[in-house]
Amino acid sequence: MTVFTAMDELKRNHIMELLEAGKRIDGRAFDEYRPISIETGVIPKANGSARVRLGDSEVVCGIKIQPDRPFPDVGDKGIFICTAELLPLSHPTVETGPPNESVIELARVVDRGIRESHMIDLTQLVIKKDVSVVGVFADNVVVDYDGNLFDACSYAATSAALSAQMPKWEFGESGPVLLEDTSQLPTTTIPVSVTMAKIGGHIVVDPNSDEWDCMDARITITTDSDQNICAIQKGGKNGFTLDELVACGETAVRLGADIRKTLESVSQ
Amino acid sequence: MGGRDTEMVLLDENGIRCDGRKVDEPRRIMIKAGVLKNADGSAYIEFGDNKILAGVYGPRDVHPKHMSNADTGILRCRYHMEPFSVTERKNPAPSRREIEISKVIKEALAPAVMLERFPRTAVDVFIEILQADGGSRCAALDAASVALADAGIPMRDMVSACAAGKVADTIVLDVNNEEDQAGQADMPIGYMPNLNKITLLQLDGVMSLDEYKKCIETGIAGCKLVYEIQKKALMEKYFSNGDGDSE
Repeated sequence: MTVFTAMDELKRNHIMELLEAGKRIDGRAFDEYRPISIETGVIPKANGSARVRLGDSEVVCGIKIQPDRPFPDVGDKGIFICTAELLPLSHPTVETGPPNESVIELARVVDRGIRESHMIDLTQLVIKKDVSVVGVFADNVVVDYDGNLFDACSYAATSAALSAQMPKWEFGESGPVLLEDTSQLPTTTIPVSVTMAKIGGHIVVDPNSDEWDCMDARITITTDSDQNICAIQKGGKNGFTLDELVACGETAVRLGADIRKTLESVSQ
Repeated sequence: MGGRDTEMVLLDENGIRCDGRKVDEPRRIMIKAGVLKNADGSAYIEFGDNKILAGVYGPRDVHPKHMSNADTGILRCRYHMEPFSVTERKNPAPSRREIEISKVIKEALAPAVMLERFPRTAVDVFIEILQADGGSRCAALDAASVALADAGIPMRDMVSACAAGKVADTIVLDVNNEEDQAGQADMPIGYMPNLNKITLLQLDGVMSLDEYKKCIETGIAGCKLVYEIQKKALMEKYFSNGDGDSE
C-alpha cells in the first residue's frame, strides 16, 4: 500500500484541495469518525470476541483465556498479550508470510494502548504466585481494509475483553484445575485510541484508506476513563509541531469520551 | 513502565533522582563522529550507560531492485541489539520490538534527509546497540543523525532525541533504566531543532493532558541540549586537527 503512482499523486492533490476548502473525501468533518459498529460474542468458542466495523475496515477479535506460567520477574501478575494480523483476504496487496514492519507496529501499538491503561487488572489473574497465572490472549484479525486499523483493532480487543467470560482455576496437586464458574474479566478502565492524520497543514481523525495512503504523518493517542493519556505512537514520514500535538491530545480526550460510551454500551 | 513496587527512592525530598541527577538534567552524553573506516558516515554515542554505533551507507544502488523508487531515494534503517548488550543474553535475531524501533527511527530521520535528490537509490542506516540502558532508541537516533551528516548526505536539519517521563508524579528529563522500570511514564521524543518539528513521539504510561504538554516541552529542551553535543561532534571531526571526544 506504499507504491506511489501518478494516480496517488492525483488523489493526494484532490484530497488536499478538498481539505483546503474544509472538506474531506468522504464528506466527513475533520473531527468526525466513520460509523462504528460492534458486535460481541460472535465466536462462542472464544472466551470473549468482537466483530468491529469502522467504516469499511473490519476486524474480528477473539480472546482465549488459559493457564500459563508467569513471566520470571513478575510472578504476582497474570499475562495479557494482544496481537494483530492482516489476513490475505483483507486487501489485494497483503501477502502471506511473516508480518512486515507495519503489521508488527500495528500489533504492538494496539497491545501497548490496552496494556499501559492497565485495563485488565493482572494482579487478579494469579492462580499460584510465581507458578501459575491466567493468560489472556487477544488476537485481532483484519478481514477488510479501509484505513485506520489501529483504532479498529483497539476497539475490537477492548470490546472483546469487556464482554469476555473468564474461567476459574484453583491450584491442585499437578497444576491448575478448572472450576465450574466463570466471571467477567477484572477491568479497571476503558482505553480508547484516537488516530489522527496530518495531510498538508490539516489534521483529520480516523483517516480512511485514501487519506491513509497520502498522509504526511499520523499519531495515535490512547486515553483512559479518567481522561488521562496512557499511550502514544507517532508515525509517518513527517513531523508535528508542539501546538499540533497539544491540539491532538485534546481531540483524543474529547472524542475518546464519546467512543468510550459506545464501547461501554456493547459490554452490557 | 508497569509502576512496579520498589524500595528504590526515585525522587528524594530535595528533588534529586535515584542516580543523583536533577529533574531537568540529562545523563552524561558523549558523541564522536566518523569512527568507522568503511562506512560512508558513522558515529559512536555514549548516553548514560548506552553504548551505540551507527553506520551509514549511501546513497547507493538499491537491492532488491523492486524496492527502488524512480521519484526519490529511500531510507532504510536497522536498529539491532547485540546478544551481550543486556543483562540476560538476547537472541541475536531481530525481535518485534527491534523491528518497530527500526521503523520509528526511520520515520524520525526521513523528514530531515533530502532523499528526493537521489532517486532510485537507498540510504542505509545501521544501528548497533553494544550496551543498552534506558532510552536506547533516542540515543540511537542521535547517533544515526550524526552519522548521516558525517556521510555528507544533504539534510534539512539534524534530528535530536531525548526522552522525558513521569517519575514520582514529577515530569523529568531523560528517564534512565530504573526510572523506566519503576516510574510512571516514558516518552521518547525526536525533534528537528531548526524546523521546530517533532518527528518521533511515543508514550508508555499514564499522564494528564497538562502533564502531556509539559512532558513534550521538557523533552524538547533535552533535544536542544543534545543538538549542541551533536554539532560539537561534527565540528570536532571536520574543523579541528585533534582527536578529542565531544562531551
